[in-house]
Amino acid sequence: MRLTCTVNGKVETIDDVWPGESLLYVLRERMGLPGAKNACEQGECGSCSVHLDEILVCACLVAAGQVEGAEIKTVEGLAGATDLHPVQQAYLDAGAVQCGFCTPGLIVATVDLLEKNADPSDSEIREALAGNLCRCTGYSKILDAVRLAAVRLEGAGKH
Amino acid sequence: MEFFRPATLIDALALKSTHPTALCINGGTDVMVELNFDRKRPETLLDLSAISELSEWSDHGDSILLGAGVPYTRIYQELAEELPGLAMASRTVGSLQIRNKGGVGGNLGSASPAGDAHPPLLASGAAVNVASVNGTRAIDINEFFLGPKKNAMNPEEIITSVLIPKARGGQQYSKIGTRNAMVIAVCSFGIAIDANNKSVGTGIGSAGPTPLRAHEAESYAATHLDWVNGSAVTPEMMKEFGALVAAASRPIDDVRGTAAYRRHSLAVISGRCLKWAWTSTQDMRSK
Repeated sequence: MRLTCTVNGKVETIDDVWPGESLLYVLRERMGLPGAKNACEQGECGSCSVHLDEILVCACLVAAGQVEGAEIKTVEGLAGATDLHPVQQAYLDAGAVQCGFCTPGLIVATVDLLEKNADPSDSEIREALAGNLCRCTGYSKILDAVRLAAVRLEGAGKH
Repeated sequence: MEFFRPATLIDALALKSTHPTALCINGGTDVMVELNFDRKRPETLLDLSAISELSEWSDHGDSILLGAGVPYTRIYQELAEELPGLAMASRTVGSLQIRNKGGVGGNLGSASPAGDAHPPLLASGAAVNVASVNGTRAIDINEFFLGPKKNAMNPEEIITSVLIPKARGGQQYSKIGTRNAMVIAVCSFGIAIDANNKSVGTGIGSAGPTPLRAHEAESYAATHLDWVNGSAVTPEMMKEFGALVAAASRPIDDVRGTAAYRRHSLAVISGRCLKWAWTSTQDMRSK
C-alpha cells in the first residue's frame, strides 16, 4: 500500500508498505530514520518511543496502515538547525548516555513528560520513564538529566 | 494481507460480516506483538482506530458507557471518580506508552486471564456491548470469559463499548508483579463495595483459566461488614475474606509464579483491598 503521513513536519509518501508492518519498520527501513531503535518489538523497552499525533507511543506497536494521515515526530525532529533540543543537551551535559541505545527513546519520553509537567518530582519522573529500559542501568544520571532539562526549560520559559 | 481502516462503525460491521476471520486492531498493544513475532498472520486486519465513537465515553446516569477504544490514560485521567476500580487497574497497565494506546476493548477481545481491566469489570458488574450487521447485544461480564483467550463473541461481532455502573462505595485494585511497571499480573484482585445494595463484588485475575468471581467471599463480606455503623474491617475479617478469595481461585504453576504463591498472595491482597475499600466507603459516606 501507499502510505502518506507527516513525519517531523514534512509530508511523506512511502510506497510498497505492508500494512501489518510496524511504524518502527517504516521509519527505520523505509524512511532512513534510525533514531527510534528496534529492540524488543513488544513495547517492553521504550527504545522506539515517538510521538504519534502528539501522543507518546511505542512505534513497534503501531501498524503502518494505522498512521495514514497521521503526524509523527521522532527524535530526529527535536534539534534545531544549530542547537540540540534542551533535553538532548541536558542528557549530554549530565552524562546520561552510556552505550546510547536507549537514549533516543528516553529523550522523546522526557520531552513528553516536560511538556505536560514542567517541574516533575522524582517519583513522577520515574513513573513517566518506567516504560524505557536502560540496559547499562545508568538510571541515576538519566534522572539527573531530566531534572537539569526541567530547570533549563523552566528558566527559558519554553515548553 | 488485506488491511481495512473504516471510518464508521457501520462500515466496520459490514467488513466484519464479509471477513469474519479479520483480526481487529485498535491500540495495537496486543495485536502488534503477535504480528511482530509472527505468531499470527491474519488474512485481514480490521483497524478500528479511525472510528471516533469507539474512543468516546458518555455518562448514563448510574453508569458510564465506555467506548472500547478509550485508552487507559484517559480512563484514569477522566473517570477516576466514577470508576475508581477500573481507573486504578488502568494505572497499572504496562507503561505510559502502552496506556496511551491500549484500551478495555482490546483487553476483552484478547480475553487473557491476566487482563488488568477484567477484575474491576467483574467486581462492578459491567456489560460488554458487541455489535454485528445483525444488531447489538449486551453480554453480562460474568458470561463473557469462556476460557484462556476465549470469549463469548461470534466471529462477525465487534466490541463497541462497556457499560459500567458508577461506584456506589469504595473500590480497590491490587496486582502482584516483579516491578511497579511493565508487569503482566502474577495475580490481581479487584473489589467494588455497593453501599446502596449492601453488597460486594469481586474479580480475580491471572489465577484461573478465566478471570473469576469469588462468590463466597462476596457473601461473607456482605454479611460481616458493619453497614450500620461503618466500623473498621477487623484482621479476622481480612483473613477470612482472603481465605475465601484464595479458595475461589484456580491457579496453575507457570513462568510468572506458582499456584501456591498465587493463592497466598491473593489472600493477602484481597484482605487489604477489603479493608481499603471499606475505609473509602466510609469516606464517601461522610462527604
